[in-house]
Amino acid sequence: MEISCRDRLKLLGGVAALTGLHATGVRPALDVIGSAFAQDTKKNALRVAIVPEPPSLNAAFNSAIMVQQISTKMMDGLLAYDKTFEPMPSLATEWKVADDGLSISFKLRPDVKWHDGAAFTSADVKYTFEEVLRKHHPRGRATFANVTAVEAPDPLTAIIRFSTPSPYVMAALSASESPILPKHLYEGSDPPANKLGNAPIGTGPYKFVEWRRGSYITLARNTDYWIKGKPEVESLVVRFIPDSGARAVAFETGELDVGGTDPVALADLERIKSLPHLAVTTDGYAMCGAMYYFEFNMRDPQFSDLRVRQAVAHAINRDFVAKNVWFGYGSAATGPISQKLVKFYNPDVPKYPFDTKKAESLLDAAGYPRKAGGVRFRITHDPSTYSEQYRRFAEYFKQAMRVIGIDVDIQNTDAATFQRRIWTDNVYQTASYGIFNTPDPTIGVQRMYWSKNIRKGIPYSNGSGYSSPEMDALLEAGQNEIGAVKRRDIFNKMQILAMTDLSIIPIINVDYTTVYNTRVKGFTEDLEGVFGTYANISLA
Amino acid sequence: MTKRYLVRRAGQAIVVLVLIACINFLVLNLAPGDLVDVLAGESGVGDLAYLQALREQYGLDQPLYVQLVKYLLNLVQLNLGYSFRFNLPVRDLILMRLPATLLLMFTSLGIAFLGGVAFGVAAARAPRSIRDSVISTLAMLAYSTPLFWAGLMLIILFSVKIELLPSGGMQTINGPNDPYSVVVDIARHLVLPSLTLALFYMATYTRLMRASMLDTYSMDFVRTAKAKGLTPLGIAYRHVVPNSILPLISLFGVQLGSVLGGAVVVEVVFGWPGLGTLAFDALFQRDINLLMGILFLSSVLVIVVNFAIDLLYGWLDPRIEVEA
Repeated sequence: MEISCRDRLKLLGGVAALTGLHATGVRPALDVIGSAFAQDTKKNALRVAIVPEPPSLNAAFNSAIMVQQISTKMMDGLLAYDKTFEPMPSLATEWKVADDGLSISFKLRPDVKWHDGAAFTSADVKYTFEEVLRKHHPRGRATFANVTAVEAPDPLTAIIRFSTPSPYVMAALSASESPILPKHLYEGSDPPANKLGNAPIGTGPYKFVEWRRGSYITLARNTDYWIKGKPEVESLVVRFIPDSGARAVAFETGELDVGGTDPVALADLERIKSLPHLAVTTDGYAMCGAMYYFEFNMRDPQFSDLRVRQAVAHAINRDFVAKNVWFGYGSAATGPISQKLVKFYNPDVPKYPFDTKKAESLLDAAGYPRKAGGVRFRITHDPSTYSEQYRRFAEYFKQAMRVIGIDVDIQNTDAATFQRRIWTDNVYQTASYGIFNTPDPTIGVQRMYWSKNIRKGIPYSNGSGYSSPEMDALLEAGQNEIGAVKRRDIFNKMQILAMTDLSIIPIINVDYTTVYNTRVKGFTEDLEGVFGTYANISLA
Repeated sequence: MTKRYLVRRAGQAIVVLVLIACINFLVLNLAPGDLVDVLAGESGVGDLAYLQALREQYGLDQPLYVQLVKYLLNLVQLNLGYSFRFNLPVRDLILMRLPATLLLMFTSLGIAFLGGVAFGVAAARAPRSIRDSVISTLAMLAYSTPLFWAGLMLIILFSVKIELLPSGGMQTINGPNDPYSVVVDIARHLVLPSLTLALFYMATYTRLMRASMLDTYSMDFVRTAKAKGLTPLGIAYRHVVPNSILPLISLFGVQLGSVLGGAVVVEVVFGWPGLGTLAFDALFQRDINLLMGILFLSSVLVIVVNFAIDLLYGWLDPRIEVEA
């Protein structure tokens, strides 16, 4: 049968029109306008935003903040912590640190079940600490390096034994830092490769249901949770919305209930706060001790003179940065330890108030006069890539240095290149990045100042190359000192030394923000905020 | 259509694919830093021995040419490799996101094509009139508006102010499961993203259609048709449109290949779980296997679509011969 050209086109056109009509969704959408359509099932479902999408769901193998935010809903730790950082019972109901500091014994909670129905016992604790946290957890390898063994004399008692006193371990037992894994499901496998990392089984208030990559994760209430009657929320839905503007819209339309770690651009928060059904809080990040550091590459002869480093410190107006780059969601830092870590923070350290004249005289004295064009010397600066604020700080830094005659070349890269430059190849001159102190400075702060932590290829190690025998002695003493008062004294001295030698200029105590819908109750009582278990959340 | 021609095209396609795979691999490995660096930075790993073990496990410590040869050998067996970041085979990851991308792609290009033809015809039938000026100006506006801004504005209008459509995502979570509800649900979520993407492409089709038709209008056979006494509308749709549509079809083919990865902006703004965001994230996470898999798929699609368009040409316009 001969089909004419004209008719062939008609055929094509007809097919295209038909698919077009169906595909545009116009007809179905019109159908829907008239009828009552079920919205996102708001009743008793908590909708959470986690940014960015985590690569896996078990914080025992990956301590990135997005993994911690989801892992803690399904897996518990031995302890929780109250607002003054004192330990509270979780999977452990009682604990005792031995007088010689060489062991900690825990009484475990009875009648706790894993999500698959098996009973939780001390064998799980033994397995987790010996086979998982000590060997595979990113920070656990250092934190639990002194653990020689974990004894399980009966199903409800666990004793951790140390080779030397390690007082910082008591601060590292939360669900976010050291989740307990089920031995009966992990034994005999290679823990990091175990598929349970993408579908965890834990003892926590919520059970894993589904992970639709790129879209959402759904969790359901654990009806056998060890706190009777909790959680009150039936299901937890984690949504992945890559764009911060779209997240702001989702909060406004009520499609999201909670979002942590700056879910909405800081510039947008004033508008969000003014909406009656939304609230913004900076609570819940005290355990992180988030800081923003500026670091010199101490190997570079340009910075070998202390006066040069002091001049740079005097020329950065940290209050200005806190107000204009972080929109007030942060405060000027005075030392390497966050002001929120009330057990260790020392305000009496050498200060570097904003004083450009002092900066210029220091540079002149160090032998760097202004040359042609008013420039003393040129340096590069590498800002970290994980937040827009970091890039803005780099721009501010360039302007601030121009005032005192230093020309700055900003190196904008991506995460992998940044890590290579700073910690593997050490080819940078100055860098700035965000970092967590964690609740104990031995875990979070020592790594930047300890000469034994100058290790090529490890991010967030001592990349500056700073090496001081005095600092090493202080840090190592602080590691092993079990007397709380003496330990505090050691860290006071450490902070003074850090601010004297100035290999790192701490810039900001960062206040992360959480945006939440006012219908969410019980959220602000938890020290850990979005990193908590959400067991006590209810919806109005 | 001779067998020789088909074989020749197939041979060309394979050579092109291999070349593309090699070039992609080399270019992606030029940047300093690799997958283990990203994982280490994110997860806070603090042990060099552990990182070295990871590199060995992922095969990243071997010289480049060894990695390339291994990859090509796998490719021949249609094994796209393993994504160590997601802990899933690349093929599974791509298949998970492919339907969403295809849906968005065909819907938006379909709207763009039909809309472009309609507006182009409307403009060309009355050149330099008010109708023409309005359409041309709107086309220029649509073309120059940044996609993310257009997307966000549409979200604000339809999700926040009017509350008619959802603000993002592909499906309502925990919604009703029957097929009809699912289809309607996805359609509701599809409206805004496809409209945003379509706006840009519609502008190109409008302008192209208009120019092509004005060209055809000046030909002798149109003058004959007018002389015969056919109505202007009849002339437009029965004589001019069929003869002017060829450039659009070739453009459609080209854009089909580019939208696969080029819809990143729309996918990010609307949280649409497609291949665009996957490729974008894979790039910054240095997930070379995943990125190569997506690029490979993209090149296959482009080659197949090009071939199909060539054949379509020959079928639509008898004057065009497919074979040399």
